[in-house]
Amino acid sequence: MSRQAAIGWTRVAVIVGFLAALEILCRMKVINPLTLIPPSEMAMALWGLFVSGKIWDDIAQTFSTVALAFVFSVTVGFALGALIHALPRVRRAVDPLLASYYSIPFFVFYPLLIALFGLNTVPLIVIGFVFATAAMVISTLNGLDRVPRVMTKTARILRLSPAQAVMQVTLPSAAPYLFTGLKLALAYSFIGVIAGEFILSGGGLGFSIAYAYNEFDNQTMYALMMFVLVIATVMNGALHVWEQRLLKRRTRA
Amino acid sequence: MNVALATSGPAAASAHAVHARLRGVTRMFSGKLSVHALGPLDLDLQCGEFFSVVGPSGCGKSTLMDLIAGLSPPTEGTITFEGKPVAGDVPDGIGAVFQEDASFPWLTVRDNIAFGLRRAGFDVAEIARRVDYVIGFMGLREFATAYPAQLSGGMRQRVCIARTLVLEPRLILLDEPFGALDQQTRLLMGDEVLRLWRETGATVMLITHALDEAAMLSDRVGVMSARPGRFIDVITTGWPRERDSNIVADPAFGVVTARLWSLLRGESMKAIGARGA
Amino acid sequence: MTTQPPAWLTLGGRAFDGVVILALFVAVWQGLYAYAGDAAITSPLATLAYASSLVQTANFWANADATLLAFFYSLVISIVLGVALGLVLGARRFAGDVAEPMLVALYTVPKVTLYPLILLIFGLGLSAKVAFGVIHGVIPIVLFTLNAVKNINPVLLRTARVMRLTPWQTVSTVLAPAVMPELITGVRVGFSLTMLGVLIGEMFASQRGLGFLIINGISLHNVRMTTAVILIVVTFAIVANGLLLWVDKRMYRGAAGV
Repeated sequence: MSRQAAIGWTRVAVIVGFLAALEILCRMKVINPLTLIPPSEMAMALWGLFVSGKIWDDIAQTFSTVALAFVFSVTVGFALGALIHALPRVRRAVDPLLASYYSIPFFVFYPLLIALFGLNTVPLIVIGFVFATAAMVISTLNGLDRVPRVMTKTARILRLSPAQAVMQVTLPSAAPYLFTGLKLALAYSFIGVIAGEFILSGGGLGFSIAYAYNEFDNQTMYALMMFVLVIATVMNGALHVWEQRLLKRRTRA
Repeated sequence: MNVALATSGPAAASAHAVHARLRGVTRMFSGKLSVHALGPLDLDLQCGEFFSVVGPSGCGKSTLMDLIAGLSPPTEGTITFEGKPVAGDVPDGIGAVFQEDASFPWLTVRDNIAFGLRRAGFDVAEIARRVDYVIGFMGLREFATAYPAQLSGGMRQRVCIARTLVLEPRLILLDEPFGALDQQTRLLMGDEVLRLWRETGATVMLITHALDEAAMLSDRVGVMSARPGRFIDVITTGWPRERDSNIVADPAFGVVTARLWSLLRGESMKAIGARGA
Repeated sequence: MTTQPPAWLTLGGRAFDGVVILALFVAVWQGLYAYAGDAAITSPLATLAYASSLVQTANFWANADATLLAFFYSLVISIVLGVALGLVLGARRFAGDVAEPMLVALYTVPKVTLYPLILLIFGLGLSAKVAFGVIHGVIPIVLFTLNAVKNINPVLLRTARVMRLTPWQTVSTVLAPAVMPELITGVRVGFSLTMLGVLIGEMFASQRGLGFLIINGISLHNVRMTTAVILIVVTFAIVANGLLLWVDKRMYRGAAGV
């Protein structure tokens, strides 16, 4: 078996083993059923939520909020990154800020945002946006930095107009890093929105988890938790796979 | 001259026997530290000649090429190409290959080569004809649908050369294009460059730090001093147009190389001393 | 012949730019205040005034101490656990290759979904806060340490053998310095995330701490308190991160070729 395959199977084994262990420990009541329910029960409860239709509103709200945050953060983040890259003086001033950006606990701003915008999805979109944009800016800066000088020189020797040079050479060259920015922006939008819903808001998957917790409804709570974990993993995993395929031709074997 | 790659080569360029001319050219860089990179220097590049530039590290050889290509403007002095001034803009008819790999990793070999033609708006049939010819000429037929990442360094440089050739430049600038390759490959690539020089009738300017390469390939070799680079001397080799790497057997080859080294040795020591200081 | 570097590259120029950015920020804040009024946010000046009086109260420091204590515990646990795991996974190539994508996946998942589980295990209080901090901070430390070890240049090990160093000498004089820069970066990232985790934990799972003060301020409509504490927390975060960044940069300046 090739090493790659062995690694893949080991991962599967670890996950399956972990879930199996949980299942056994829960069924044997080694783990307090009030604390954790067996994974199989979680899956059944989740299925029940789908069938009864209770989950769909939450999914719609959370996903639409995440989608908005994501789209805004990617477009604004890219534009900002390109702008900052083109203005060295601004970059110098802004670099330390970007380096410290993720040390700021943005969630502390939630209450302020609610006071400003009200108890709706706007504070959530803003938090998701704020969280994700910096990642896109940093990735854009990184990508533009790493366009080899020789590429830019080549574009000029080939007498491309500035617009052509950017579209045909700079952007394709920076594409891998821009894609990384996309991945991070999606992950952070998701995290920001779910966390916000959990802590403060009236709607969406995060809120329903918190509500279920407060109502001692472990079934619903764990079903939803499992759903969010699975969805997040699938989303990020899908992007990762797509990235590998896009970049396969470009990287040295 | 090969008809398929008809350049306006010597025919049009003979209207200017001097293909490119530099007079009193200097280049300074400002920034955190100010650097006097090059000059003042003068140069007359003859039409259709193979001219090499050698010099110690940091003497400004690449800067010289950037100036001639119009990639950066001179601080002082004038540069003309085919009688027209050059400053800050790349004129039509110049092609360049650099030391670093500039092949576009996101395009196939064929698309890489066709790239310049497509941007310049040539029609599809003409693009196909030229690209096909150059692919054959550069021995890339087997790899036409491959991506650069799948090729060796030497092959990738061939792709870059092909991409330049397909635009039929009248002046071809090569900035240490074989620097990243091993010696044997370099010798073979040297032969290829001579072949394409003869077939296209273009003027070729080669920047290299390898004295033997300069001695072997060129009609004339310009020797630059340590920074700020100026021409100490220009040596004429007198080789016939039909030549290849076997010229190393000619006793005159050793004489030329020895002369180059005797000129350069002192300058190289200055360059190292300057960096170690 | 030398020319002066452009004005904005000098230290004075950069300080000026920093002041401009700060002024811009305060202006935006003032603008938000003008738009939303006292019910939502307090003005920069009022916040500054209130914050300075706040830090002189015993009540504030009681809460700050609770946060700092929880933060300290989380940080120590995160670093010890993170570095240890990272060293092991970095050294054992197969285990590292299996684990790394899984850790990255864990990193990108909203950890808030694990909060109810943590609360159920640890109850409300200090241990829950510490747990929150750890789950946020430990993963980047593991990942950075893992990569640092994985990327140790084999040439270094060969050189150590040729010089006939003892295992301890090899680790202390060659390997440790080689991984230190990335390790410090990992700790810096983990530092911020650990603090974030502790604060979030306090925001809904505690009756003490700065996070609690913030949430409490909202429910009591004490906008001044909320804004002031947020300002203090954010300032601390930026200053602390700035210090760690400085340490981080100094490490890299010493490392050859970086």
